[in-house]
Amino acid sequence: MSATTGALGSGRSLQAGRASLASILQGPPRVPGAGRAPEGRCDAMPTPGVVLEQWTRILRGSGGQEFERQRWPGPGPHTHPPVSLPTADIISTVEFNHTGELLATGDKGGRVVIFQREPESKNAPHSQGEYDVYSTFQSHEPEFDYLKSLEIEEKINKIKWLPQQNAAHALLATNDKTIKLWKITERDKRPEGYNLKDEEGRLKDLSTVTSLQVPVLKPMELMVEVSPRRVFANGHTYHINSISVNSDCETYMSADDLRINLWHLAITDRSFNIVDIKPANMEDLAEVITASEFHPHHCNLFVYSSSKGSLRLCDMRAAALCDQHAKLFEEPEDPSNRSFFSEIISSVSDVKFSHSGRYMLTRDYLTVKVWDLNMEARPIETYQVHDYLRGKLCSLYESDCIFDKFECAWNGSDSVIMTGAYNNFFRMFDRNTKRDVTLEASRQSSKPRAVLKPRRVCAGGKRRRDDISVDSLDFSKKILHTAWHPAENIIAIAATNNLYIFQDKVNSEMQSRPGYTSLACWSQVGRGLEKHPEGGESGGVHGKTFTA
Amino acid sequence: MLARGLKRKCWDSEEELAVRSYALQRQSLLDMSLVKLQLCHMLVEPNLCRSVLIANTVRQIQGEMTQDGAGRLAVPQDTGPAPLNCLVTTDILCHSAQDQGPRPDGGCFSKGSTDALARSLSSDPPSITAAQVPGHPPDSFWDLDSSRESRGSLQRSLDQIFETLESKSPGCVEEFLSDVDSPHCDLDTVLTDMVGSARAGPCDTLESLVPLAAPPPSPSCKADLGELDHIVEILVET
Repeated sequence: MSATTGALGSGRSLQAGRASLASILQGPPRVPGAGRAPEGRCDAMPTPGVVLEQWTRILRGSGGQEFERQRWPGPGPHTHPPVSLPTADIISTVEFNHTGELLATGDKGGRVVIFQREPESKNAPHSQGEYDVYSTFQSHEPEFDYLKSLEIEEKINKIKWLPQQNAAHALLATNDKTIKLWKITERDKRPEGYNLKDEEGRLKDLSTVTSLQVPVLKPMELMVEVSPRRVFANGHTYHINSISVNSDCETYMSADDLRINLWHLAITDRSFNIVDIKPANMEDLAEVITASEFHPHHCNLFVYSSSKGSLRLCDMRAAALCDQHAKLFEEPEDPSNRSFFSEIISSVSDVKFSHSGRYMLTRDYLTVKVWDLNMEARPIETYQVHDYLRGKLCSLYESDCIFDKFECAWNGSDSVIMTGAYNNFFRMFDRNTKRDVTLEASRQSSKPRAVLKPRRVCAGGKRRRDDISVDSLDFSKKILHTAWHPAENIIAIAATNNLYIFQDKVNSEMQSRPGYTSLACWSQVGRGLEKHPEGGESGGVHGKTFTA
Repeated sequence: MLARGLKRKCWDSEEELAVRSYALQRQSLLDMSLVKLQLCHMLVEPNLCRSVLIANTVRQIQGEMTQDGAGRLAVPQDTGPAPLNCLVTTDILCHSAQDQGPRPDGGCFSKGSTDALARSLSSDPPSITAAQVPGHPPDSFWDLDSSRESRGSLQRSLDQIFETLESKSPGCVEEFLSDVDSPHCDLDTVLTDMVGSARAGPCDTLESLVPLAAPPPSPSCKADLGELDHIVEILVET
């Protein structure tokens, strides 16, 4: 109760300042220090205190998604028994690199974990092609914006790999405000036999040196070194929701709610604004940018999606400021399905170009849609992800679940699309056969060699034995982030603090029916990593030695 | 003189129920949205996309309420038969901004057919919380038993009422927020006021009559209390 009084009793949230919707959208006038979670502190705490700080923040309450996830798990979209779960371990983004050899995940605590695929070997058939921890490092720290008296979350919103140009790997990681370029290098040899220094690096007594030797490179245990090469800061007033590397490998763009900036990978103190949809009067604000991506082949084209369900394809050759779209993709509203929530559920949460560059995939709250770049009037394909939620929109609105942003993914050949849902379910749609499947990411399914069993949600009507009813869906278990290997049928699914990697591989020896089996399952717990299943493998951090 | 049995039959008709529940749903959605907007900025900067979507929903609801106010009338809560209070004249409503005193009994319009409207616009000032204002206009306006004559005069007066309300509604949310300027220390007052104000909808003419420390509501708004309790429950749990 005191927490609530603290939040409301100060009158701060009611002192809306300018009495208008605009002031709500911009936030009330801030009193310095009034917004901080632990009382009496003005500076952002270093990492060790982050988890406690975040938990305190959750206790104080907010109407946002993070709060919902922690406070109200359990059946039904609107029930609320409390539970404790540190948020820093929750995975917030997943991305394969261009070859699929590396898989990067970012979490709410600002940490990046990179997994590497083990080369397949005949000696250990069970670990063929498994993903093991390659490197982990702290990318972003929590910050404090003194001007607005607001915290800047360290949560990694997006990771994008740069195309590999030499032996090193590089990726861009971003939180709400700052993008960082990280270089990942391996060191597996070190020079030995210096003349002036001994093995520990201490200077030798020159009297003991009797002959000259040439230092030799000797193999050593593999060390993965990560270093931040660029920090692209102060480019965004609003929260960055997406980044995308251009096919020219020299530039990339970052998009926040109202603006999109173009950066050069080598220049950190300057960026170019290419889209600006901020209205002159913030009271008129009715639409925000939700996602954006560069075309995979044409370095002048990019697309961005909006909260009203429209896609805009822009050509950077046309003008410096691409406020005028080259193409506008918008599906006319279905009048029979109209409700107060129509606009909210039409908001596009993710947009992805196909590998071919011909199609775009969008995800809104209830469907995924495939668009042909040549047709603006409507999508060419629409797939229902969880239409049974259509009758529950009001309680999903109440619990804020309706604002969940699900991602979507193409497979390597653009023939199958995948997206996440609730209850740790994820869905795949085969565009050619028009068949779809619902699978569950859980510890049960991560047993070795167990094929994932298709699941079914029944929304009334005849119910089969293993069906789940809509009312028993767990809305706190949502799969927002999924990724598909660029070439093979390997998928990475992030379920809260667990990363599941599944593979579709028909094992000729076993002659089992084709389906997805678990390749690896990792859990982030207490800033460490545990591998599942535990049998045969010890817990704790796995992989090579790493330094950050 | 209307027999109550006949009135009940009227209420039980499917159309009436549907219209009433739709209006209630819409009102509670509006309340919920406004509470969400208020609560959305705590410690971290609010999610702008979510705020914009909620704000658009609020605008949409208000737009529809305005439209409905001009045309189709929604059905108010069923709080049982009330005494045949007389309607407050539209004169009183027009002067409401300046005159915050107790409102005299206005001229009576007609008898039973104006029951519900009378309840909504009761001449008892302390019992008027914003919740009672015509977001829930008369249900028995279309009462089949009312005489044609009374219906005609009622129609005119209602038109006047809704004209007044309509002109005020575009700035509804802004105006409601401007009333909530002064800091509150008492959580209960805060919540009552917030929820009460939130329910104003397009009817802030009467809402301006409500003192910030709302006196205990009359028994006739039990349904509103139920919803208020529900919202308090949610807020307190946070």
